[in-house]
Amino acid sequence: MSVVRPPAEATAAVRTSRPDPVGPARRSRGRSGEQNLAGWLFVAPTLLVLGVFLVVPIVMALWVSVSDWSGRGSPFAGTVGFVGLDNYARLLTEEGLTRSDFMTSLRNNVYYVLLVVPLQTVFALFLASVLNNQLLKAKGFFRTTFYFPSVTSSVAISVIFLFLFSGSGAVNTALRAVGLDGPTWFNDARGLLHVIGDGLGLWDAAAPPAALADTSVLGLSAWQWLAGPSVALSVIIMLVVWTTTGTFMLMFLAALQDVPLEVEEAARVDGANRWQSFRAVTLPHLRPTVLLVVTLGIIGTWQVFDQVYVMTQGGPSKTTLTPAYLSYSYAFENQQWGVAAAMAFVLFLIIVALTSVQRWVFRDKDAAQLRRQVRQAEKRRSARRPGDDALAVAGTDVPTTGGGSR
Amino acid sequence: MSTATTSPARPAPAAGRPATRRRGPGNRALLVLFLGYAVLVVFSVVYLYPFLIQVATSFKEPAAATRDPLSLVADPFTTAAFQRLTETRFPLWFANSVVVTLVVTAGRVFFNSLAGYALARIRFRGREAVFSAVLAVLAVPGIILLIPKFLVLNQLGMYNTYPALVVPLLVDAAGVFIMKQFFESVPASVEEAARIDGAGTFRIFWSVVLPMARPALITITILSFQGSWNELPHFIVASNDPDLATLTKGVASLVSGQLGSGNQYPISMAAALVMTIPVALVFVFFQRYFVRGGTAGAEKG
Repeated sequence: MSVVRPPAEATAAVRTSRPDPVGPARRSRGRSGEQNLAGWLFVAPTLLVLGVFLVVPIVMALWVSVSDWSGRGSPFAGTVGFVGLDNYARLLTEEGLTRSDFMTSLRNNVYYVLLVVPLQTVFALFLASVLNNQLLKAKGFFRTTFYFPSVTSSVAISVIFLFLFSGSGAVNTALRAVGLDGPTWFNDARGLLHVIGDGLGLWDAAAPPAALADTSVLGLSAWQWLAGPSVALSVIIMLVVWTTTGTFMLMFLAALQDVPLEVEEAARVDGANRWQSFRAVTLPHLRPTVLLVVTLGIIGTWQVFDQVYVMTQGGPSKTTLTPAYLSYSYAFENQQWGVAAAMAFVLFLIIVALTSVQRWVFRDKDAAQLRRQVRQAEKRRSARRPGDDALAVAGTDVPTTGGGSR
Repeated sequence: MSTATTSPARPAPAAGRPATRRRGPGNRALLVLFLGYAVLVVFSVVYLYPFLIQVATSFKEPAAATRDPLSLVADPFTTAAFQRLTETRFPLWFANSVVVTLVVTAGRVFFNSLAGYALARIRFRGREAVFSAVLAVLAVPGIILLIPKFLVLNQLGMYNTYPALVVPLLVDAAGVFIMKQFFESVPASVEEAARIDGAGTFRIFWSVVLPMARPALITITILSFQGSWNELPHFIVASNDPDLATLTKGVASLVSGQLGSGNQYPISMAAALVMTIPVALVFVFFQRYFVRGGTAGAEKG
C-alpha cells in the first residue's frame, strides 16, 4: 500500500493517467463508460425514492394548492378545476373562518418560536458551559441524562407530559405542596400576556380595553394578537425546550472543546473574571454554533406537529393550533385539500424567509462586531503596558476565526 | 478549570479584587465546581423525574396513580397495566413497528452507502448535479411534505399498504451525506489494489470498502433505527387502516381515545414505557454513535 494517503481527487487523476497494457485511449474510454454506468446505478435507488416521494409530490401539491380538488379520485382528473390563487387568498386576504384559523395558528406559532428558540439556546449553552469544567466528575452521566429525551419518541414524551400536567398530576401536586394552585393546564386557553397584564393591573382580562378589542388586523382583534401563548401552549413549550436542549447542548459542548485554552487563560491572567472572559473569548468563538443552533431552532419550531397531534389537537379554543397541524386537519379531516396545500407552501415560505433573514442579521452583526472589537483593541493597545498582548488576541483574532469558519 | 491549573504559579494577578485574593483562587475553583454540581443535580432531577414517574406509574393501580402522582413507589405493585395492554391492539402496533423499522433500517444502510460511495468515489458524469440535488432535498422542511406524500401514495395506489409505510423512508438525504463524507476519508489505495486485481466497481464497494466503513454504518444504522421507530407524521399520512398502525400512531390514539380520559394513566405510561425501551437500550450501548451522528447530521448545512 502507499505510504502517503493522497486525497481522492489526486488519486483519481493518477488512476486515469496510469499506463495500461490494453492501451491508454481504449482503456480510459472503457473506464469512464463503466464509471458512468456504475455511478448512475449506485445513485439510482436514492434518486428514484427521493424523486417519486419528494420532488413529484411537491409538484403535485403545488397543483392541488391552485385547484379545487376535494380529495376524491385523482387530482389530475378532468373534473378538477384550476382556481388560480383563490386558496392563497382565502388564507391571507379574504375574510372568513379559514383566514382567522390560519392567522390564529400563525400567532400561536410566533409566540411558540419566540419562547422556545431563545430558551433552548440559552439552556443548552448554560448546561454545556457548566459541563465543560475539567474538574467535574460523572460528566458522562449528566450528558446522557440531558440528551436522553432527544432520542426518545415525541409521542412517548407527550404521553408522559399529559400525565404530569393533568389536573391532579405531578406538577399541580408539587405546586400545591408550596402553596400554589396550578391551572388545569390542557383546558386553559387564557393567554399568558392577558394574564400577566391583568395581574399587573394594566387591563381587565374579562373586559379587554376597547381600543384593542375593536381593532381588527387580518381577521383577529389586536387583543387576540397580543394574547401571548395560552397556558396549554406553554406546556408544549416547556416540553419542547426540555426535549431539545440536550441536542443543542452537545453541539455547544463540541464547540467549547475547540476554544483555545491559552486564549482563555491569557484573558484570565489579564484580570478578566469568569463572566468577562466568557463574554470576550468564549462567546465570540461560539458564534457559528449559536447561529447553527438558532437556525435549526427556527426551522424546527415552525414545524411543530407531533406534540399538538398527541396532546391537544389544536385546543383549547384553538390556542395550540399551529400551521402544520392546521394544514393536516384541513386536508385529512375537512377534505379542504387546496387550502391545506396552500398553507403548507406559505409555511415553507415563512421558514425560508426567516432563516435567510436570520442568517443575514447574524452575518451583519459578525462584521460589525469585528470592526468594533478591532477598534476597542486598538484603543486598549495604545493605553496598555507593553508586552501584554493577551486581550489584543482576545479582541481581534478570536472573532475572526469565529466569523470565518462558517 | 483554568483557575485550578494555572493559579498556583500565578503571582496574584487579581490585584484589584482583594476578596478573591484573600480566599485564594483554589477555593474559588472549588466554589465554582460546587455550584456546577448543584446546577447539574437540579437539572438532572428535572430530566430524570418524569421518566421515573412514568416507570413507577405503569406499575400502579389507576386510583393510586392519580391519588399520589409524585410518588415513585408503586403500592400496591401491579402489572395489570401491561396485561391490559396485551389485550389491546398494542402487540400488533409493536409488531408493525418492528417490521417497518427493520426494513427501513436495512434499506437506508444499503442505499445510503451505495449513493454515498458513488458521490464520494465514482467519477461519473452528472455527479455534481446529483450531489446538489441531495443537498437541496436536505433543505426541504419535512412537515410540508405531509399532504404531498399522501397525494403521491394515493395516486400510485399504495395508500393503506405496507409498502406505503416503508418505501418513502428507504432513503434519507442526511444519511447519504454522512456516508459520502465517510467514504471520502477512506484511502483510495485500497480500492486501487483491488481494481488491479480485476474487481468490478460493485465488488470493490461490497467486499473492500464497505467492511472498512463499520463506524459510519453503525451510525447510519442507529440513526435510521431511532428515526423510523419514532416516526409519526409519515405513518399518519400513509394509511388510516388500524391494522397498519405503528407504535407511535397507536399509542397516540390510545391517549386521545377512550383510555385517555379518566384514570387510565398506568396503561398509557406502560405503553409509552414499552415503546421507549428499544431506543433506550440502543442509546445506552451506542451512545457515542448517536452523538457523532447527531452533530454530523446537524452540521450538514
